[in-house]
Amino acid sequence: MVMGSIMKIQKEAAQPASISPTRSDILSAQNVDVFYGNKQAINSVSFEIPEHQITALIGPSGCGKSTILRCFNRMNDTIDICKVTGDIRFAGHNIYDPKVDVVALRARIGMVFQKANPFPKSIFENVAYGPRIHGLANSKDHLEEIVISSLKKAGLYSEVADRLHESGTGLSGGQQQRLCIARAIAVDPQVILMDEPCSSLDPIATAVIEDLMEAMKEKYTIVIVTHSMQQAARISQKTAFFHLGDLVEFGDTEAIFTSPIHERTQNYISGRIG
Amino acid sequence: MPDYTLTTSEHLTRRHAAETRFRWGGRLAVLLSLGFLVFMFFSISARGIGAFGQTQIQLEIHLDEAVLDPTGQRDPQQLARANFKPVINQALFKLFPKVQTRREQRTLYQLLSSGAVFDLAEMVEQNPDLIGSTQRVWLPASAEVDLFMKGKVDVSLEEELRRLKNNEIAWINHLKVQRQIQKKFNTAFFTKGDSREPELSGILGAMIGSFLSLLVCFSIAFPVGVLTAVYLEEFARKTRFTDLIEININNLAAVPSIVFGLLGLSIFLGVFHMPRSTPLVGGLVLALMTLPTIIIAARASLRSVPNTIREAALGLGASKVQTIFHHVVPLAMPGMLTGTILGMAGALGETAPLLMIGMVAFIVDVPQGITDVATSLPVQIFLWADSPEKGFVERTSAAIMVLLTFLVLMNLFAVFLRRKLEKQW
Repeated sequence: MVMGSIMKIQKEAAQPASISPTRSDILSAQNVDVFYGNKQAINSVSFEIPEHQITALIGPSGCGKSTILRCFNRMNDTIDICKVTGDIRFAGHNIYDPKVDVVALRARIGMVFQKANPFPKSIFENVAYGPRIHGLANSKDHLEEIVISSLKKAGLYSEVADRLHESGTGLSGGQQQRLCIARAIAVDPQVILMDEPCSSLDPIATAVIEDLMEAMKEKYTIVIVTHSMQQAARISQKTAFFHLGDLVEFGDTEAIFTSPIHERTQNYISGRIG
Repeated sequence: MPDYTLTTSEHLTRRHAAETRFRWGGRLAVLLSLGFLVFMFFSISARGIGAFGQTQIQLEIHLDEAVLDPTGQRDPQQLARANFKPVINQALFKLFPKVQTRREQRTLYQLLSSGAVFDLAEMVEQNPDLIGSTQRVWLPASAEVDLFMKGKVDVSLEEELRRLKNNEIAWINHLKVQRQIQKKFNTAFFTKGDSREPELSGILGAMIGSFLSLLVCFSIAFPVGVLTAVYLEEFARKTRFTDLIEININNLAAVPSIVFGLLGLSIFLGVFHMPRSTPLVGGLVLALMTLPTIIIAARASLRSVPNTIREAALGLGASKVQTIFHHVVPLAMPGMLTGTILGMAGALGETAPLLMIGMVAFIVDVPQGITDVATSLPVQIFLWADSPEKGFVERTSAAIMVLLTFLVLMNLFAVFLRRKLEKQW
């Protein structure tokens, strides 16, 4: 049943991609409002996220950048009081359509969280969990292959090759975060959402992850929420600036950082707000 | 002028004094509660330790075929009806041939427990070939003799005020010299059910009764409690209705246990006509009683699982049920089990609800299943404490020692489980 819906999405997703093969928009948001109870967190936001690029969402604390990120894989569903309206599409499909299986959606759109959250299990089990529940591996060897290649893609394999069966929580902060990236990759998603993945890491571990993201965008679309403008400037091709629930400005990263159109963007970039 | 003083001032001295006072107050409180605990353990042990020994008398018994099996067929049914009293009496009489009057003889025969015949009968039943031979056998002495051997009879008292008369004491002393009377380990205490005779009574029936009740209690309360907690904590939306349920669960945890006993009496016995005085009903009542405790403990431990774990699994595309049963419940399990074991320990010591459903009856047989009539450890303690025979005093304390041992073991097991299963993140 779960497998079936994944296949369906895969098949349908393949069609629009074949119509417009290069640099199409894989995610789009149209007039999205998000409410927490009576409080509106996002005010009618619309933008498109291009495929195989890194899109950065920046803005001061509480601006709604994490909230909008969590709309794309419907993680907001887990919050009882959260209500999302508007139109959010993944490869042309409305993800809030009642026919959409949220389990299949999250297999297509993976997520890496602010705080590294490996399961208190072995490194191998952490990465193997996703393929296992989605039935992606047809044998034990195949599963091992998926785990190892995912760890390699996350640049972690060489560091943990001899202790795959030790606890994932025993790794350093940066390694844990890369383990979480490997875990997301193992399900073979199209999009990876990253919610401030480097906020609790030192500069060296941050640099490692930034290099990793650079390499990953060949295969995946990455949407990253970051509170570091330098990070957004370094790694992203597109940047969206949020302030108080509004999408103030969205465009090429270079343009946003060199010649912002709006005053609020200008003020944030120069450090006057946030 | 800035102040550079580092030495103490009057104000600081007062603060230090307050700290010292508080520290001593705390020490005193700890000492006091420890003192009570030690006193309790000491007084119970001092009184109960004697019950683990039982006086026995060695007799040279001629298993006379003419008395026990006049037909010579060795028919088991015949043997079961055989009267062993004459052969035992004869052996006793042989030891003290000078005892002539009938009245004196009867007193002599009362040195042995009335249960001695059963021990001998059991021996013969297992090995009928013994008939016709002469055997040296240790048989249990009566409770009065036992008390005397344990030094609990005041010999300086006038003879009329004692239950053990001077001639009996003379016989016992004679046996002592002959080394034919001895205190041995009281195996009967751990292998027999209740009895009206202190020297024959054991705690096995109550132990099995308690065990079976707890088994029923666990197999109902644990799954129901955990499922309730998982549903309320992970699935149910927070509405006014779930709030109401939560308040009621907390209230139920505080309801006196005897009320649950009355509920069990009217529902399980009154409506469903389940068998009275059985571990089945006892376990059901105890399950009702421990359910709120288990639910509260399970919910607390589910809540202590960090939300990041749920997000990690959901973000990978795990369904809600997969998230909960692959990750959340295993992580909460140590806490749930600890709470459950502590709840069960509470149930083990519970008496009042069992009185209501008739587990207070005098039951000699050791229960074989959950539908056999039974008592439980705390009820057995209550029954013995209520008995007038002096021999039951030490047995009551000994039963308390057994109960406390089980409680301590269960609590240690809970601590062990928590240490063993708890994961770090």
